[in-house]
Order: sequence, then structure tokens, then C-alpha cells
Amino acid sequence: MNQWPSIVFAWTFGVVVIGGYAALIVRRGRRLSRQVPPSARRWIRS
Amino acid sequence: MFRNVMSTRNMTSTTTPPSVDHGAPDPSTDGTSTSSRGTRVLGVLCIVGLAVLGVFTFAISPPDSNLGDSVRIMYIHVPTVAWAYLCLICCAASSVTYLVRRSRFADVLAHASAEIGVLLLGVTLVSGAAWGHITWGTYWEWDARLTTTLLLFLMFVGYLALRAVPPSSNAGPGSGAVRAAVVGTVSALMIPVVHKSVEWWASLHQGATSFGTLDGNIEGSQQFTLWLSFGVGSLVAVWLLMHRFRVGWLTAAAQDVALDEAIEARRAGAAGRVADAGAGS
Repeated sequence: MNQWPSIVFAWTFGVVVIGGYAALIVRRGRRLSRQVPPSARRWIRS
Repeated sequence: MFRNVMSTRNMTSTTTPPSVDHGAPDPSTDGTSTSSRGTRVLGVLCIVGLAVLGVFTFAISPPDSNLGDSVRIMYIHVPTVAWAYLCLICCAASSVTYLVRRSRFADVLAHASAEIGVLLLGVTLVSGAAWGHITWGTYWEWDARLTTTLLLFLMFVGYLALRAVPPSSNAGPGSGAVRAAVVGTVSALMIPVVHKSVEWWASLHQGATSFGTLDGNIEGSQQFTLWLSFGVGSLVAVWLLMHRFRVGWLTAAAQDVALDEAIEARRAGAAGRVADAGAGS
């Protein structure tokens, strides 16, 4: 049995899904950064 | 009306306490995105690490004597499930913290870590199905490990769906976040069941290979590549978690800004009406 199609599929799926999600949250972060004042960008204090 | 808006504002402050800090901005951020010096360095390390991992996975690590080339799926399957567990445990710990302290930080972190945990668990399930197709001849089997992992995945998908539901207008302050925190905490109780499922029930899925009692099955460059995959997976997971947390924080801050603007508009409108009434009399 040729194992390579399953191996390539598993890796491609993982990289595309995680990479796509990373790109999505970076984009969302850029959009939101324009909506809030710089003073609200202190992440840790609550 | 103004009083109603003010009471809503007070409720919201209690719902997502405390309000956004209006101190100095984080000096390491550039102000146009959620990145900072730290995450940019981390991002570069992730890309370099993934490239090195790709070389080790597909060129250096030899085929396994039993599993053949399918062992290469292990280098994505194992780190993603390990980090999915850690993210979901982080969600549970943050949920408990939120229930105790009502901290916005804990609430945002719980949401962020659950989302990344679900993402990584989804990759684990799909890469596991591809591996199962090679080793078991089937993509899916209602086996103890696979079934409990699917249940865990669905429980946290439900958690994320619950978080997307807006709180009802007659719900008490913070009820949405409290409801999510309870579900997140209870759902995480499934993690030890998933982990122990291969011991508690008969399972096609193998037990722990590298860190458990069956140690010795992998060695040399396979062992190194597995450790490398953990290292790179850690960098990627931490990068994702930091950015997703910041997006969650900005989302809450944007809601505060929108609410403040609405209050200011109402206040200005009310002041104008009072002035008109004074001029009329």
C-alpha cells in the first residue's frame, strides 16, 4: 500500500488549517487594533 | 432612557470586570496589529522551526521497521494532541479562575485556549484518521480512544458555540461568561478519560510510546524528530495563544469603546433636551 498520499494529506491538512487560522487571527487583530484606542492595548493588566 | 443606558453600562462593567485599563499602551506593540517584538521573534522561530521539522520529517527520519513511512504522521499527530490537551487544561484552569475572581484576563484566556485546543484536536483527529487508514485499513473505528477524543472535541465545539450565544436581556450580570466557565470546567473532565481510555478499555490505538511504559520503540533520529516536533509545536501553540488572547482582549475593549460612545451620545442628547426645555420656559 502506498502510504504517501495519507502522509502528505495529514501534513497538508495540518499546515493549511493551522496556518489559515494564524492568518485569520492576525487579520482580526489588525482590524480590531484600528477600533480601540492605544490605551486599551495593555494586555496583562485587568 | 439615559438612566437605562447607565444601568446597562453598570451591568456590563460587572459582566466583564474590570473595564479596560486606560494607562500607557504596551510599548512593545506597533499599534496597528496584535504583534509585538516578542511575538515577531516567536513567529520567525516558528517558520524556521517548521522548515527544519519538514526536513527532518521527510528527509532525515528513517521509515519505522513496523510502521514504515507512516511514522512521519506521528510528528504532527503527537504534538498537536499534546498541545490540544494543554490548551484545554488551560481553558479549564482559566474558567475556574474566572469563577473565583471574575477576572477579564481569565475569561479571555479561557476562550482563546479553548479555540486553539479545538483547532489542534481537529488536526489530531484528521491526521489520526489518515494514520489509521494506513495501519488499520480504516479512517475511523468506534474505538475507545477515538470515540472519547471525538467526544472531547464535540464538547469543546459546544463550549465555543455557547460562547457565541449572546446573553439574554433578562440574564444576570456576567451570566454568559459564568455559563461558559462552568461548561469549560466540566468539559475538561473528559481529558483524563481520553488519556486513560487505552488502559481502561480494549483499544486499537496504541498506548504511550515515548513517555509511557512502552518506551524503547522509537530511538535515534526518530526520537529526535519527535522531540523537535514538540519544540516547534510549542512555539506555534504559544504564538497562536498570544495572538488569539490579544484578539479576544481587543474584542472586549472594542465593545467597551462602542458602549462608551453610545453613553456619550445619550448624554449629549439628554443635555441638549434639558437646554431646549430651559430655553422654552
